[in-house]
Amino acid sequence: MRPVYMISGGITKFAKAHPDKDFRLMVKEAFDYALADVPALTRKEIDGSVCSYFSDHFTRQLKAGAMVQDYLGLCPKPSRRIEGGGATGGLCLQSAWEAVASGRMEVCLAMGFETMSRVNTWKGNEFIALASDTNFDYPVGGFYTGYYAMMVRRHMHEFGTTAEQMAKVAVKNHANALHNPYAQSPGVLTIEEVRSSPMVATPLTIRDCCQMSDGAAVAILASEAMVARLGVRPVLVSGVGCGTDAMRMADRPHGKVVLLPHESEVDYAELKYPGVHSFRGGRMAAKLAYRMAGVTDPGKELDFVELHDAYTSSEIQTYEDLGLCRYGDGGSFVDAGAPFLANIEYGLRFSGSSRWPRIPVNPSGGLLACGHPVGATGLMQAVFAFWQLQETIGKHLGDATLQIPDARRGLIHSHAGTGTYITVSILERG
Amino acid sequence: MDRNAKLPETEEGTILFNVNPIIVKHHYEIDYLHSYAQDSPFFAGLAGKKLLGSRCTACGCSYATPRGHCMECGAATEWFELPQQGRVHTYTTCHFGGEAFLKETPFTLVLVEFDDVDTLFLSRLVGAEPDEVTIGMPVQARFLRNCKFKPTDVYFVPA
Repeated sequence: MRPVYMISGGITKFAKAHPDKDFRLMVKEAFDYALADVPALTRKEIDGSVCSYFSDHFTRQLKAGAMVQDYLGLCPKPSRRIEGGGATGGLCLQSAWEAVASGRMEVCLAMGFETMSRVNTWKGNEFIALASDTNFDYPVGGFYTGYYAMMVRRHMHEFGTTAEQMAKVAVKNHANALHNPYAQSPGVLTIEEVRSSPMVATPLTIRDCCQMSDGAAVAILASEAMVARLGVRPVLVSGVGCGTDAMRMADRPHGKVVLLPHESEVDYAELKYPGVHSFRGGRMAAKLAYRMAGVTDPGKELDFVELHDAYTSSEIQTYEDLGLCRYGDGGSFVDAGAPFLANIEYGLRFSGSSRWPRIPVNPSGGLLACGHPVGATGLMQAVFAFWQLQETIGKHLGDATLQIPDARRGLIHSHAGTGTYITVSILERG
Repeated sequence: MDRNAKLPETEEGTILFNVNPIIVKHHYEIDYLHSYAQDSPFFAGLAGKKLLGSRCTACGCSYATPRGHCMECGAATEWFELPQQGRVHTYTTCHFGGEAFLKETPFTLVLVEFDDVDTLFLSRLVGAEPDEVTIGMPVQARFLRNCKFKPTDVYFVPA
């Protein structure tokens, strides 16, 4: 394998609906933005693409990826479609990484989209629920918020996590997004507003859940030789990892914790793992990515994280899977203010605990505030991380508030189903 | 050759939501011939008011759901009858849902744990108000009299 760099990225504005643009045009806009950011890069240098979109039901079109390749003028170069539920975008990035790492391509375009506005919200929830076992889970009341509600209810039972701690995640991510013009639903929220919003599935209110979106994003990956030729400020993709778990969460084992380098078995002597409170696939993805990138103590060695916060609860659960804090400490990690940006006033009081160094999580606003056009989401995270590490947040967002000073290494995390496919990728200054 | 050939005009129209851009209604539905295949005995069991789980013939791992082969060791499993009493492992009450289930809201979902079975079972809980449900609460399986050959043929009530 050879080193792979990200050299450019582009995102469309995420919105509830873009009826004026179909998926081909949305990807084209993100692609043109990414090309314009690297003047020496033209379509000629792009050897092929990987296209990510989650649902043929939403698209109402099979083989939509071929139509994007066609519209972008990339035929007859190679292309393929990647699909893995909510992790589709993260898997797409890793597939493009493989194309360059293997030497098959010098430059590979990872492109993703979703057009979720083509059906009403409740039909959309039904489509998403079809990504649970359609023989055994979907017919019982197929609804992802219900599944996540059950998982966090057990997290609360095991570890004492509270709905207020979850609400603080919503406050954080919506406030961060006030400085991100690509975001769908930025806002100033209070814990009380989150808790008094309409209940979706106890204990998750509508403010604990991300919204459906239309949007597209692209990331362009290249070899070292192409980086030198194009004269870009590259970002190295230094680690990739992926993990999986049983499709039906009822089938998850109750065994031993998959340990990270900075943990030991005695830390979790009593914990039955993963059960339904934790994501074993996320832990495995992190473990593999850390090993490749040489990360041994993630809380200290990462400067920021963009993770898959489809729910406030899953952000807390994911802190633990990624080893930013111990299993069970996710709620206290939020109370301490560790995942918050230092330069934003959130209207919250923090516990003052210094158990964890500050590590901003979802500085972009995450899925909760940016939106979740599924096939684009994992690539959107790559683009925000890329801009952070290039220190070009101010240029691309028109506001430098979210720029993390001296950001050298970041983690992106893409997550599907109830934790069935999860990817973790580590990006660092090239 | 007929230079005056014409397609017949029809009376069907198109439902239009907007003209700039043009947004039309597109209807789509399908009936599948869906086989439960190797999981069929589970559904037949529900018709006979039995809950069938799967036990590994090699390592003994037991599942509260149908799994033809063991997730831990890959060996074939055999059917065994699950207890009809269990406990709530976790729960939620859904106030919204996918379109197909909206008319049933609010409904309560539970993952049920059974003594000496390694995994859980997803089901609906009826007969308890949302604020009456707790983790660890004993529950009892109950079956529809008119079987629909769906996992909702079984549901749970407070024991």
